[in-house]
Amino acid sequence: MRTELRIIAELVPERAQVLDLGCGGGELLAHLMREKAVTGYGLDNDAEKIAASIRAGVNVIEHDLNDGLERFPDGSFDMVLMTDTLQAVRAPARLLVEMLRIGLECIVTFPNFGHWRCRAQLATRGRMPVARHLPHTWFETPNIHLCTVADFEALCQSLGVAIADGFVVDHAYRRRALVNRFPNLLGQTAFYRLTRGLE
Amino acid sequence: MALPSDSVGLVTPETARFDSITLQSGARLGEFELVYETYGALNGARSNAVLICHALSGNHHAAGYHTERDKRPGWWDVCIGPGKPIDTNRFFVVSLNNLGGCDGSTGPRSTDAATGEPYGPTFPTVTVKDWVLAQTMLADELGINAFAAVVGGSLGGMQAMQWAIDFPERIRHALLIACASKLSAQNIAFNEIARQAILTDPDFRGGHYVKAGVNPNRGLMLARMLGHVTYLSDDSMGNKFGRELKSGDIGSGHGVEFQVESYLHHQGQVFARTFDANTYLLMTRALDYFDPARDYGDDLVRALSGARCRFLVVSFSTDWRFAPERSEEIVDALVAAGKDVVSARIEATQGHDSFLLNVPRYLNVLSTYLRGVAEECGQG
Repeated sequence: MRTELRIIAELVPERAQVLDLGCGGGELLAHLMREKAVTGYGLDNDAEKIAASIRAGVNVIEHDLNDGLERFPDGSFDMVLMTDTLQAVRAPARLLVEMLRIGLECIVTFPNFGHWRCRAQLATRGRMPVARHLPHTWFETPNIHLCTVADFEALCQSLGVAIADGFVVDHAYRRRALVNRFPNLLGQTAFYRLTRGLE
Repeated sequence: MALPSDSVGLVTPETARFDSITLQSGARLGEFELVYETYGALNGARSNAVLICHALSGNHHAAGYHTERDKRPGWWDVCIGPGKPIDTNRFFVVSLNNLGGCDGSTGPRSTDAATGEPYGPTFPTVTVKDWVLAQTMLADELGINAFAAVVGGSLGGMQAMQWAIDFPERIRHALLIACASKLSAQNIAFNEIARQAILTDPDFRGGHYVKAGVNPNRGLMLARMLGHVTYLSDDSMGNKFGRELKSGDIGSGHGVEFQVESYLHHQGQVFARTFDANTYLLMTRALDYFDPARDYGDDLVRALSGARCRFLVVSFSTDWRFAPERSEEIVDALVAAGKDVVSARIEATQGHDSFLLNVPRYLNVLSTYLRGVAEECGQG
């Protein structure tokens, strides 16, 4: 399993009711069902990925995240997960609020656009960055709402979302201390566990 | 003519006889028969049986050919056969004509032993629940304790859902295709127009048309024409017929002018020749009445909470008779009840009829899901 998914799996409690937004081929859910006995559902809208999820034996529901999460009632899940998808949706802020409406907690990961390589490419070459964690050219990328670690935390603050846990990893998915001292500069992928803030 | 290699080939319907059944209405129907077909072989553990539930005008002949001269195979041949989604190399497939039908099972055309005359309009009201009960009696007869899957589209999907609720220990997977947990008012309205077309046909004779030696052909034809329009989409009709004139030019204006008219007339005429009017009334009523949540305080989540099977729910983008939103209601209730469910919303241009047609992604989803079911019963 991808290291990124393994890191997320560690943050999910046993027997949780889980919803995975953009579940892809169902890798994470299948792992969580096997290792943590979760009851899980995944949402995706890609035909190939849905077929792969069916093969993986997970509960995949065809749904476009851009249609919002209105169909799910308040507090219907213990945990709502979204891996490497926030930056690809049309209304990320609204989706975050929705995730915390239907879930008690959520886990969000995204590629950090503030990483020094991105900054360097933009600064020295004046071109949109293409990096290992951001492999697409600007005209082909599904990532329409890229952000930095600092941007994301500012959004959480403005939405009143509480950050229960947040860290970054380097290109080899290592959660190193040095990298986490300067997360916005050295972190390649960011992980956040979010809860509803005090209103 | 050689039959296609991915066909179940020549099939022969069989008949099972039963002593009696007590229906949901409280009425008791004495001796009755169900006609059915089977494809593939039951395995030693008797664990690989799949039940096919038919929709409004369907019957037991779901796959294969009755004679080598048949022009067309059974109604769901696109899905059932060796190597097809409901793979007869892996599954033992059972397909029956429901109680009240007009293709061999006891129904309004059958003779009522009490009077020696056809039941006609006196045939008791049957519901989806009654059909499912009758299907369990057939399963008992065939030595099938539990179905690996119960599969149906439209009204057939409703039967699969009722199975999950009424006999949770006898079904491992429910496949609900182009289905709804109850009809909308608009849907009931279409059914009522179709029924009125039949009821007001002078040849209907209060339902005693067989005794009178006539048939309400005009009513049946109108009912079918209306139904057929609602099963297609605007796009699919446009693609198939456009505005093409039959004669190529403007005519008297009263005859059959457009290709689409000619098509509907033909469909209606074939239907009037082959389908029984009382059966049509009975089946559309069963469709209208279906509402499993009703017994659970109108709470579909509670209705489904006793289910133990896994669900596959499939809908089609241009289906406006059983819209994707109706399927999503089922999916959401299943999620709220904590049941295992997979759902797919298939892009297809052919409206409600898509579930009967060769829509590649649809067949692929069915195949992928059923491959998993086959593996569970050791038929991988």
